[in-house]
Amino acid sequence: MENNVGIVQTQYLEVKEPLTLESGKVLPEYTVAYENYGELNENCDNAILVLHALTGDAHAAGKQSETDKKVGWWNDMIGPHKAFDTNKYFVVASNMLGGCSGTTGPSSFKPQSNERYGLDFPVITIEDTIKVQKKLLDFLGVKKVIVAGGSMGGMQALEWSITYSDMVSACVIIASTSKLSAQSIAFNAIGRNAILSDPNFNQGKYYDAQTQPERGLAIARMVGHVTYLCEDAMQNKFARRFQDKEKPDFDFNIDFEVESYLEYQGQTFVDRFDANSYLYITKAVDLYDAAQKYGSLENALKKTNAKFLLMSFTSDWLFPTVQSKEIVSALVKAKKDVSFCEIESPCGHDAFLLEFETQTKIIKSFLGVNGGNNE
Amino acid sequence: MNKEYGQSQGLRLNYSIITDVVEVGAKVIDLGCGDGTLLAKLIAEKKVKGIGVEIDQESVISSLEKGLSVIQGDIDEGLKEFQDQEFDWVILNQTLQSTEKPDYVVDEMLRVGKKAVVSFPNFAYWKVRFYLFFMGKMPKSKILPFEWYNTPNIHLLTVNDFYDFCKKRNIKILKSVYMTRANVRKNFLIRSLSNFFAEEVIFVISR
Repeated sequence: MENNVGIVQTQYLEVKEPLTLESGKVLPEYTVAYENYGELNENCDNAILVLHALTGDAHAAGKQSETDKKVGWWNDMIGPHKAFDTNKYFVVASNMLGGCSGTTGPSSFKPQSNERYGLDFPVITIEDTIKVQKKLLDFLGVKKVIVAGGSMGGMQALEWSITYSDMVSACVIIASTSKLSAQSIAFNAIGRNAILSDPNFNQGKYYDAQTQPERGLAIARMVGHVTYLCEDAMQNKFARRFQDKEKPDFDFNIDFEVESYLEYQGQTFVDRFDANSYLYITKAVDLYDAAQKYGSLENALKKTNAKFLLMSFTSDWLFPTVQSKEIVSALVKAKKDVSFCEIESPCGHDAFLLEFETQTKIIKSFLGVNGGNNE
Repeated sequence: MNKEYGQSQGLRLNYSIITDVVEVGAKVIDLGCGDGTLLAKLIAEKKVKGIGVEIDQESVISSLEKGLSVIQGDIDEGLKEFQDQEFDWVILNQTLQSTEKPDYVVDEMLRVGKKAVVSFPNFAYWKVRFYLFFMGKMPKSKILPFEWYNTPNIHLLTVNDFYDFCKKRNIKILKSVYMTRANVRKNFLIRSLSNFFAEEVIFVISR
């Protein structure tokens, strides 16, 4: 355990003031679930905010009890001497707005009520989610921050560097994009349709019911998993092998290993995730376009003061290299300090959670001895 | 650029010559920047705003460790990330001969930059000629250490070739520096003599 952050507890910040959302709607109050590792220094400028992907949570590193078998989702990257070195940095992770792991979302109770939000929860955007994260960092006393995230977390990191340009000293964007392609929106739409058309969905009011929209959520997750892998990765993992049998059964139950894998992924997801949250978060991701308010990505990035590191993976077709390069190109045009690496990997989009050795080397050399200010 | 040459005196001289031509505060891109030594020198001595492009990941990491901005990429695929005339200087140091499409690479350099520095080993250097003449084998030297089958130098050229190339493509040669065994040579009035005696050459070019 010496390379790990040890036993951690998720904490909760209650914000008793309204948050005006991009949609114009107002959230009267909210809770933010967060964890932090390492110590904030005297100047309050050694913070790293790590931003989770679609279905992540505030538990980014360490274990929550001695007997806990699982570690946080980015444990390979956060800890003493790791990419985000907790001996040097004060690392903060939080569950995003709209999530279902402690931060206010559709499964939360409405204020002073014993009714849950469900679909009464307002549609949120990436911009809204970072406002909540900013509130948390202000509460923790952070003055300067390095932001880092993969996939949707990378979108949030990008938006942080634009919206809070005075606060962000460095920005690490991994396997991400400034806007989803039509293809990626399409996959999210299939996922949402699976949930919305589940007979147990009941307009999002399923929390107190006997039955949950489990099938819809599981199918959404299956589609997601296909996009997180790639053809080679699936071929290597499953090929055309049958699951626990020599020949097909000539029915519509599971024949192939790949079917069994998807079924398993779908089922385990249902146990930890809320169907309404899946709708809200995928919608937020679909709506995000960093350039929209500024006319062009270059204009959006003009006001940033961070130095940027972008990384993509060769086999990632969900957030392909070309989308990272678009951001790189806009940063170069905007005369910003930017570095980019395309990492060779057979793991598809999932690579950003798996290829931690290469990422560690690159992030460490980018952050340098003085953190985000090694010029 | 090969590693053995990378640590030699010749390269230190090459770096000084390039550092001398670049103005203070210029915007510079170094193509095939390797471990970033030249770019770091340009930033330290000339306060340039610099960025590197490098294909090899380990070299990219070495450059990052020096605090440099570096973009991993293959210059043979062009410089699409960069706009027309974005840089004051584009540097292609000891790399032209190992590109797949040298003509395209030079076009791209002069598209994104106002002036370019191009250096390469001169294949018409007398020792190279004698090696081929007497040994009957592909020449090897400190600056060309590879075997014919594993050399990255797939487009070796001579001083005269480069002059012809520039003439055909309306590229101006603003300056030429000839080097032999880690020393700068005086330019001969007759170019063929420079072509014969120069082991390595550095050109400054523009449109």
